[in-house]
Amino acid sequence: MIGRILALGLAAVLAASPAMAQDKVKVGFIATFSGPGGVLGKHLHDGFMLGIDHSGGKLGGLTPEVIQEDDRLAPDVGLQVAKKLIERDKVDVMAGVIFSNVMMAIYKPVIDAGVPFISSNAGPSPIAGAQCSPMFFSTSWQNDGAHEAMGKHAQDKGYKNVYLMAPNYQAGKDALAGFKRFYKGNIADEVYTTVNQLDYSAEITQLRAAKPDAVYVFYPGGMGINFVKQYGQAGLTSQTPLLSAFTIDSTTLPAQGDAAIGTFTTAFWAVDLKNPVNEKFVADYQKKYNDIPSTYSAQAYDTALMLNAAIKDAGGKVSDKKALADALKKTSFDSVRGGKLKLNNNNIPIQNFYLLETVKRADGKLVSSVRSTVLTDHKDAYSKDCAMK
Amino acid sequence: MDPLLLLVQALNGLQLGVMLFLLAAGLTLVFGIMNLVNLAHGSLYMVGAYFMAAFQAWTGSFVLALLLAVPATLLVGVAVELIVLRRLYDRDHLDQVLGTFGLILFFNELVRVIWGPAALFVSMPQALSGTVVLLPGAPYPVYRLVIIGVGLAVAAFLSWLVTRTRTGMLIRAGASNPTMVAALGVDIRLLFTLVFGLGAALAGLAGAMAAPLLSVEAAMGDGVLILTFVVIVIGGIGSIRGAFVAAVLVGIVDTVGRAFLPILLREIFNRQVANAAGPALASMLIYVLMAAILVFRPRGLFGAKG
Repeated sequence: MIGRILALGLAAVLAASPAMAQDKVKVGFIATFSGPGGVLGKHLHDGFMLGIDHSGGKLGGLTPEVIQEDDRLAPDVGLQVAKKLIERDKVDVMAGVIFSNVMMAIYKPVIDAGVPFISSNAGPSPIAGAQCSPMFFSTSWQNDGAHEAMGKHAQDKGYKNVYLMAPNYQAGKDALAGFKRFYKGNIADEVYTTVNQLDYSAEITQLRAAKPDAVYVFYPGGMGINFVKQYGQAGLTSQTPLLSAFTIDSTTLPAQGDAAIGTFTTAFWAVDLKNPVNEKFVADYQKKYNDIPSTYSAQAYDTALMLNAAIKDAGGKVSDKKALADALKKTSFDSVRGGKLKLNNNNIPIQNFYLLETVKRADGKLVSSVRSTVLTDHKDAYSKDCAMK
Repeated sequence: MDPLLLLVQALNGLQLGVMLFLLAAGLTLVFGIMNLVNLAHGSLYMVGAYFMAAFQAWTGSFVLALLLAVPATLLVGVAVELIVLRRLYDRDHLDQVLGTFGLILFFNELVRVIWGPAALFVSMPQALSGTVVLLPGAPYPVYRLVIIGVGLAVAAFLSWLVTRTRTGMLIRAGASNPTMVAALGVDIRLLFTLVFGLGAALAGLAGAMAAPLLSVEAAMGDGVLILTFVVIVIGGIGSIRGAFVAAVLVGIVDTVGRAFLPILLREIFNRQVANAAGPALASMLIYVLMAAILVFRPRGLFGAKG
């Protein structure tokens, strides 16, 4: 009995001592884990955890405590869990976030609370531009990057008449605007469909009648699965090249099936991108999760590597948030992209974008495979509006 | 406007219509006869699609999977009726809405727990995966023609069942006056279970048939449920004929509207305005249709009660 009281007392003393707190780093990880978007959250989280594994199970020598919260793809829920992570859990750093609308809701509260924040996915334009902050970092991209790359590809390829389609909401409009920033040819038509539309037979019939050189679409998630399947079933894939961004990746390919073979997409990363970090990442990811990694997993893997390097640089002192943010800005680590990750003045990566084609791998799995480099050391168009140097 | 294109779009609309009919037929009977607002009808559609994916992965055959998925959904429907819905018949509509909304959340989470968060894949049989040239210059996917065929066959079967059989007579009587039917000594509980099972099987058939066209994922039934309610309100609650006419009407208006409204708007406004307003107006079209029909026929086109 006396022994137990002593042990309890000792535990209480230990818990209260500041040295104990410095052995740990608390990471608030927000993503969409439920609903149809839940698979993206899973890939993001899996990638992040593998990044920690590859850093020896630690982040900069500290034991990580990753507190995972679900935003349920609702900005208000995102805000609620972000406040909880900051005020109740007192996290040292925030990471994750798939969707831009959630990001816009939580961005200011997190930054104002002085918590370093690394986006593993969302990159809305205001944050890349006028609202940029020294506390915010990205291991992904600004939203327009992939669209701009596909616009560049369509231009380089000499397509004269491209048909554009996207869901009727802000991200859809931004996507087509990004494409048109680099594509200067004729637009056969620009079609906006209802968000979460299931059937595209009407639109596909119109599209076929317009006889474009190529079709460019932005249909994330389930919409992309529906559209790509129905486009393939209409027998169009071989006739009119299907170009896309954020529509075909390893989270959607198992459900899209063979209809996706021969379609093109643009991204900063691919499963078969040749560099040692990526080869290790892809091999171990497949081993650990029995799943092919996606761009989401790759970005979040880099988030973990970046945190690991920065905390090490800061000497493990995560309680000094300002110093941690400075370390994040200056740190250097080998990214899945190949080489060191380069950040622009707005703390968003400067990176290449590749053209990928969907193919069936030798093991029968569908993957998007690198064909060519479309944009080299690309900087987003909004960085000039960011006052930071 | 190209008349050939209009014809193909009408065919697309018909295909969407018969799909909606499969869902609406069950929902309208359940609403009409059992006086139950069943928001979970879309979940049965989703369950049908998931069963299709699971059985196809297991048997490797489309036809076998379809033959298994429909009775499996029927069983799920009967289980839901026996375990949950029986307790809701005597409650008011708000309780039913709450209870069946709970079922939506339950089923959406259940499929995620069982099959994971990623969307599933269902392939269509090789023989049906091509396109046929129905009209010159307008190839049409064979599978969509098959859906139209199956939908029309089910409509014919239901019409026979409802108008020519004793069960159908009870169903019709139940839709008009369930209290009187019970008073005449008919086992109304059994009739309810039967009707609900039939509705579930039809929803399962719709889900299973749609699975090769769509992403099989949690909450896939939520969007289609709203369209289905529009259909049964237009058609008149409790009427199979009304459900069929309204489903085809909604399918065609929605499809043709989506295809041609933005083009028509472009004749009047500039491209920018038309692109912004077109899709919004097109998605409103069926609700405008519903409102217009309700002004002239408050009980819908073929309302059974009144």
